[in-house]
Amino acid sequence: MSLYRAETRRLVKRRFARWLLIGGLLVLTAVALGTAFTNRQVGPEQIAEAKATAEANYQENLRYAEQERQRCEQDPSQYGGDCAQLWTPTREDFSYTQFMPSTFDFKEKFRDMITTLAAILGLAAFVVGASYVGAEWTSGGMMNLLLWRPQRLRVLGTKLAAFLVTLGGLAVVLSAVWTGIFVLIANLRGSMSGMTAGAWQSTVLTELRAVVLILVAGALGFGLAALGRHTALALGAAVGVIIVFQFGLVTVLSMAQVPYAEAWLLPIWVMAWMNKEIKLQNYNGCDFSATAGCQPPELTLTWPMAGGLMAVALVLVVGAAMWTMRSRDIT
Amino acid sequence: MTAVLEIAGLQKTYRSRKGIRRALDGFDMVVEAGQVHGFLGPNGSGKTTTLRTLLGLIKPNGGRMAVLGRAVPEHLPEVAGLVGAIVESPQFFGNFTAKDTLSLLADAGGVDQRRVYAVLELVGLRDRATDRVKTYSLGMKQRLAVASALLKEPMLLILDEPANGLDPGGIREMRTLMRNLSESGMTVVLSSHILGEVQLICDSVTIIAAGRRVAAGSVADVLAQHRSTSTRVRVEPGIDLPAVAEVLRAAGAPQVTLEGDHLIVAGVDRPAWITWVLSQREVWVSELSPITVDLESVFLELTGTAPVDGEHRQVDQTALATAPGRGGWGQ
Repeated sequence: MSLYRAETRRLVKRRFARWLLIGGLLVLTAVALGTAFTNRQVGPEQIAEAKATAEANYQENLRYAEQERQRCEQDPSQYGGDCAQLWTPTREDFSYTQFMPSTFDFKEKFRDMITTLAAILGLAAFVVGASYVGAEWTSGGMMNLLLWRPQRLRVLGTKLAAFLVTLGGLAVVLSAVWTGIFVLIANLRGSMSGMTAGAWQSTVLTELRAVVLILVAGALGFGLAALGRHTALALGAAVGVIIVFQFGLVTVLSMAQVPYAEAWLLPIWVMAWMNKEIKLQNYNGCDFSATAGCQPPELTLTWPMAGGLMAVALVLVVGAAMWTMRSRDIT
Repeated sequence: MTAVLEIAGLQKTYRSRKGIRRALDGFDMVVEAGQVHGFLGPNGSGKTTTLRTLLGLIKPNGGRMAVLGRAVPEHLPEVAGLVGAIVESPQFFGNFTAKDTLSLLADAGGVDQRRVYAVLELVGLRDRATDRVKTYSLGMKQRLAVASALLKEPMLLILDEPANGLDPGGIREMRTLMRNLSESGMTVVLSSHILGEVQLICDSVTIIAAGRRVAAGSVADVLAQHRSTSTRVRVEPGIDLPAVAEVLRAAGAPQVTLEGDHLIVAGVDRPAWITWVLSQREVWVSELSPITVDLESVFLELTGTAPVDGEHRQVDQTALATAPGRGGWGQ
């Protein structure tokens, strides 16, 4: 327990972790403020205003259409010879909903905000996790610690546990605060309509998946840096994955017209995890049906599939880090 | 006396594309309780490898080790709380203060936090305790390293080059500290290249070269085994020294060497014989002094690392490192 307490203290004392957390919080604050300022609450007054704007637009376009028709009758050759083909606006073309101010519909939009939170905290968790153990190796702190506690797996495991518990606690607290902020924004600048018990349950489950995503990102950063005994290895691996998979491989597969090349993009899997599923379409293929004709075939990636992928990556990276910790000399 | 540290037949082999290198080749060492024991060897001889192996940082390929009567590394966690160690240059996380660094170690090892201030006082860092370690000089980091080793009030203190970077006052303080610790019952193993210091403060020594023990025992015994029978002879100015050397050779002196303004006569048991021989020829001796052997000359002789004019000795080039596969990169 004393080792766990020491490792938690060490993590909290690290300036890099504090600054990165503050940076992440500033970005999240900017997102919340931006959402608050770009949305308005919608009531009968805004609907009436939108309807008036839609009517004015309709009348203006009607006037333009009439002017065009008159020009066409004077010289039909300029308009392809058939003035009856000219577009005549109808009221249905100018629905008032197009002129409504942006409003924050909690039920519809908060899921994207959870994904934003998960992405920002996940990135910060990866870097802090890598730096937390990487700096220990490069500064010699790990060797000092092992002179005190010559139990390599226990030391690395305790460090990981202290990091994940602290990170998990922080993620849960921030998720709760994030939810509270957007409930406030929805009440002041939008709507909470449709938030039934079922909708709240779905929201909480999405937030739970976000917390898991953040923890996995942190553990992967920690594991990669522990594997290479240097922070740079984790960051290098991340850059490598982005360059090789996100740009290189997907570009090559797309050029080769390989079906569902997007499945190699990590953000696609993040979306599948966060939104429960994502459908990819193969526009080069054809699923023929007598009623609908040729439809592109679909591949559905589900959250259990994304979870399985994360679990495999986690076991491989953290398992390899533990194995090297146990077997490699410390020189 | 009880042996606090025992090493027998320790082996460590490194493999690389260049071949196999035996860093430790059946090394033996015994340190008795309450002693200050010097552990000496040229660069690359295996000192640090021995200490790291003993402390569980490196896995040996063979041999036995015991600390405080317990076999290590199997039972190292049981005795780690009684062994304080610094290995090679002091390494700490630069952004933490000395107080934080020691406090975290105390937490990790379950040591009373009051010890932090006690050891900072002891090594003279009390007034700089809240400064970041990255602002410390090498000597101050060295003091902090010693403080960290003393934090858990060890029975066995292992110090690798503790005087490295210390100013003359600091070296003297360190010497006094070692002596005081030894008098309080602590056993100190001291690895150092400052052989004058070792001769001053150590009760016993082990000398290692090319991964093997080349000498061991009390300092007095090791020096006695290499006692010199050489005598420095000066005569009155104006006397022809080569002629004097010839007189001594003719009288039966086994080895007479001309050294600038004096002669070195070796192999003569009774220096008075030299006076007698020269007085017969009316040559009057102005200085007749036996050349005393010191630890440095014994070390250079045993390890074969004495500088030779016109030669550049390589790191692994020692008296024992001539056989293939021993010392340097071999087969």
